This record gives sequence, C-alpha cells and structure tokens, in this order.
Amino acid sequence: MNNLRAVSVDDEDLARQLLREYACESGGVEIVAECANGFDAVKAIGELKPDLVFLDVQMPKLDGFEVLELIDPPPAVIFVTAYDQFAMRAFDAHAVDYLLKPFHVDRFKKSLERARARLGEPRPRPAELTAAARPPGQKLERLVVKDGSKVHIIPIHKLDYVEAQDDYIALRSDKKTYLKQQTISSIEGQLDPGRFARIHRSYIVNLERIARIEPYTKDSRVAVLQDGTQLPVSRSGHAKLKVIWGEDV
Amino acid sequence: MHPIFRNKSWFAVYLTIWATLGVMLAALLRVPPSTLAWRDALVIAEPLCIFFAFVCLTPWYVCRQLPLASSDRMKLLVYHASAAILATAMWIGIARGIGYLLDLGGQLYSEAPPLIAVGLLLYLLSVALHYVLLAVEMSRQAALDARDAELRALKAQINPHFLFNSLNSITALTTSDPGRAREMCIRLSDFLRHTLGLGEREDVAWHEELDLTQAYLDVEQIRFGSRLQVEVHVDNECGDCRVPPLVLQPLVENAVKHGIATMVGGGTIVVDSCVRDGQLCVSVENCYDPDSPAPRRHGLGLRNVRSRLQTRFGAAGQLLTRADGNRFRAEIAVPCQNGRIIV
Repeated sequence: MNNLRAVSVDDEDLARQLLREYACESGGVEIVAECANGFDAVKAIGELKPDLVFLDVQMPKLDGFEVLELIDPPPAVIFVTAYDQFAMRAFDAHAVDYLLKPFHVDRFKKSLERARARLGEPRPRPAELTAAARPPGQKLERLVVKDGSKVHIIPIHKLDYVEAQDDYIALRSDKKTYLKQQTISSIEGQLDPGRFARIHRSYIVNLERIARIEPYTKDSRVAVLQDGTQLPVSRSGHAKLKVIWGEDV
Repeated sequence: MHPIFRNKSWFAVYLTIWATLGVMLAALLRVPPSTLAWRDALVIAEPLCIFFAFVCLTPWYVCRQLPLASSDRMKLLVYHASAAILATAMWIGIARGIGYLLDLGGQLYSEAPPLIAVGLLLYLLSVALHYVLLAVEMSRQAALDARDAELRALKAQINPHFLFNSLNSITALTTSDPGRAREMCIRLSDFLRHTLGLGEREDVAWHEELDLTQAYLDVEQIRFGSRLQVEVHVDNECGDCRVPPLVLQPLVENAVKHGIATMVGGGTIVVDSCVRDGQLCVSVENCYDPDSPAPRRHGLGLRNVRSRLQTRFGAAGQLLTRADGNRFRAEIAVPCQNGRIIV
C-alpha cells in the first residue's frame, strides 16, 4: 500500500506538530508540506498535488473554505478545527472527515481509513461546492480568485459586474478582469440580491455602478455604468430593475 | 407565604401599627352621642384591630393572582368587592360579638355606620398597599434577573475556540515538552477559575482584572508562539480602581482573535493603563488585516463591555474604538473609584 501524501494546513505550530506526530504513529501517511496560512496552502497544494489535505478553518488571509475553493482538481480534505459550528458546511463541501480538536490518535487513524476508501471518488468542482457549503442567508463578503500561483481577494463592494464566459465567469473590479471557474447562476446565488442584479443571461451588475439605462433597440436596453461601460439589459432584467427602483427606469 | 412573615421585626412593627389604630378606633367609638367607657371601647377595639391585622394580609394572595395591568377590570372589581364585603362583615361581626360578651346591649348600634366605613376603608387601603408592595417586589426581582442574565452572559463569554485550541496545544506539548504542557494547564486553570468565580462579584480591583488578562495571554502566547507579542504598561496607582469584572480581557481577546490571528507574521498587542484626573484610562492596541472578512460575531464582546461600563458608570463609562489603516485601538475611560464603587 502506497503512503498517502498529505499537506497539513494550520496556523498554530503546536497543532501542526501534533498532526505530524499522529501521522508518524499511524503510518501509511506522509506529511509532504506544512502551511501556516491560506496563501501558502493554495500554493503548496497546487504544486505538490497531495492525496489528502488536513485543513484548519480559521486562518490568516484565506479561510479553509476559500482555500478549498481555489484548488482544482480538489483534493480529499479532512477539516481539523476546534469547534463544531463548521461541521455542516464541511460535509456540504464533501469533506472526507471532520476532526474536532483535540482528538485521539485512534480517531485520526479512522479518518485516514475513510480518506483511503474515498480516494478514487470524483469530487465536484470546488467553487460550486463551496457555494453549496455557504450557510443560507449569509451572502459573500469577498471573492477569491486564483491567477496562476497568485491569489486575488476582491471585496464585494469593489466588484463592478460579472460576465458569463462558457464554463468561466469574468469578474470586473478596479479596471481589471479576473477569470474564475464557476457558473454565473452559482455566483448569482451567492451575491446579495439587494446589491447585485442579473440584468441579462450573461451579466450580473453591481447596482451602485449603474449610471443610467438607455434604450438600445425597440425591445432591448443597455445599462451604462459610471465608467462608461455598456452592458445589455434583457427584458426580464429590465423587469427586475423596475422592481428594485420603481417604474421610472 | 406573605413577605411580612419573612422578618420578625417587620411583623412586630406591623402589629404595633394596628394596635395604635386600635387606640384610635376606641377614641372614635367614644365620640358623642356614644356613652362608651374608655375601658369598654379599648376592649372592643384592640382585639378587633389585631384580628383585622391578619385579615388585611389576605389581599396579598388576591392581588398576586390579579395583576393590575393584565387583569380584566370587571373581574378585578368583582373579586375585590366581594373580598371587601366579606372582610367588613367579619369586622362588624367580631365587634358585635365582643359587644355582646361585654353585655353592652344597644350601646354599640349607633356606632354601626362609622364602624362599617372604617373597616371597609382599612381593607381597601390594605389592597392598595399590597399592589404597591407587589410592584416593589417585581422591580427587585427584575433587577436580580438582570444581574443573573449579565453573569450568565459573562460565563458564556469563555470562548469555546480558545478552550479547545488550548487543550489541543496541551495535547501536542505532552510528548514534546511536558514542562510547558504543565505550565499551560496551570495558566488555563487560573484563567477559568478566575472567570467562573466572577459570578458572585459586582466589581473587582483593576489589578485582579490585569491578572486575569495576563493568565489569558500566557495561554495564548503558548498557542501562538512568536506570532504573539505583548507589551503591558501599567501605572501603579491604577491597581486599586474598581471596575466591573471582565472589561479588559474581552478587549485583549478581541485583539488576539480578530487582530493577531489574522496576520501571517503575527504582531504586538500593547496594553496601557494609567490614572489621569481621577479617570482610569486604558487602551488596547493591535494590528489587524483589513482584508480579513468581518467575523459574524464581531463586536459582540465590545458591545457587552460597553453596556456593562454604562450600567455601572452611566455616561461617565466610555469605550471608544478606532480602526486606522491596519491598526485597531480600543480605549476605556471610567472614573477611578478606590474602595467600593458608588452606584
């Protein structure tokens, strides 16, 4: 049986040390990298392509769920955290297991068995799965996008609009465009409907950025943004804006 | 049981009042055209009043069942009127009975209308006083409940993340560094004992709050290692100022959780406390990552501290916070009262 190659991600030295010790004692698993924050984790997991990731949730820079969102293809993940409030989310994110600190080495071994059993299984695309893992009613505060080995964080108030491009979405913010592998419907569900509206099959716009709505053809309109960008508005998109802003749109 | 029985001296005072009322009633019974002798008047009035003293305790039970604010008016009227008629009937009955025993014959008949009026009035007065008593009891209970709620909230403030992460660190240290594991257990126990023991305390000396905070920081320092640096500057004269418990520790915990823990390289928490113009001035300053998402529970600890300072000191109890770039600063200013806090 081959050793499982694992990356351990936790911002506390002692927590990583304990995991190392347990891995040693259990056998059959090798910790190939240790990371103390989300950025390092995304980088290391992308480069090393481990079989398994031990992931803490609360960390500097990126939290565990955001890390998971940025890794494609997604590895098998075992969440390791101190508190059970994230358990439901973790299983929604198709985590292999959820370890509550502190845990016994026997519990750790059981987790490894579970990971081994599930190693060949296909896993859903990360962005979709973390979208499902977000608690209902809680809207996104920021978006994370990976660009090569760099990770960008876009605070939601800096997002101008989202454009659908096949399997990807293009996020426009601060005069720059970021590509992310996610569908427009999935991100629509994550955004606050009070701040963003889907004005077209392929466009979601930040309502604060719209300067005016102009007629385009007989049946269609365009939304002119503050920076002059023009976005098409479909008939149903126009109906949505009317609901938000009243009839005189 | 009626609250008057809780305290023997209250009960004695109550009976004395009624005995005095008895003398006054005797005087009333002798008002011309009555020809009653003092002795006979007193023999009637005193036992009558002492008996009625007990009758006038019964509204306690009626009033408790019929709160003024929430009861139907008709029901209030019917119940109290019936009780009043019954009580007055007893009052008159006893008076008559004693008159009969003293063989006073018709002498008492002329006194009947004023006697009925006095009995009815005394009973209704006792109903009114009982409603006042109930209101006082209720507000006292409300104050007790509020204090209980506050203390429960304090205890609930022990953050489970902190607790379980600390236990996890201890688990890790037991093999690699047993000495530090022991030290961490002891400091964690110090912190828990302090916090859980605060339930009975209304205020603590500032140096106790500092000790508690230090115990907390010692534990966190083992967890975070070199990522957490702490600088504490304390003027000696602040030590005796009295403050509500757990006003500094939550600020420092905030600084760790939402500050240091968000920084890859960690940072320094600076705690400063001094007395200026009779004011205890405290500041907690730390760095934080402005890009980190605002946690959902954010501000709960701060709000809790602010409201407790205001409950204790009124407008004089201040908690100000300021975020400036990547630095966060919380400041407390309260009157420094040595000895007991004047509430």
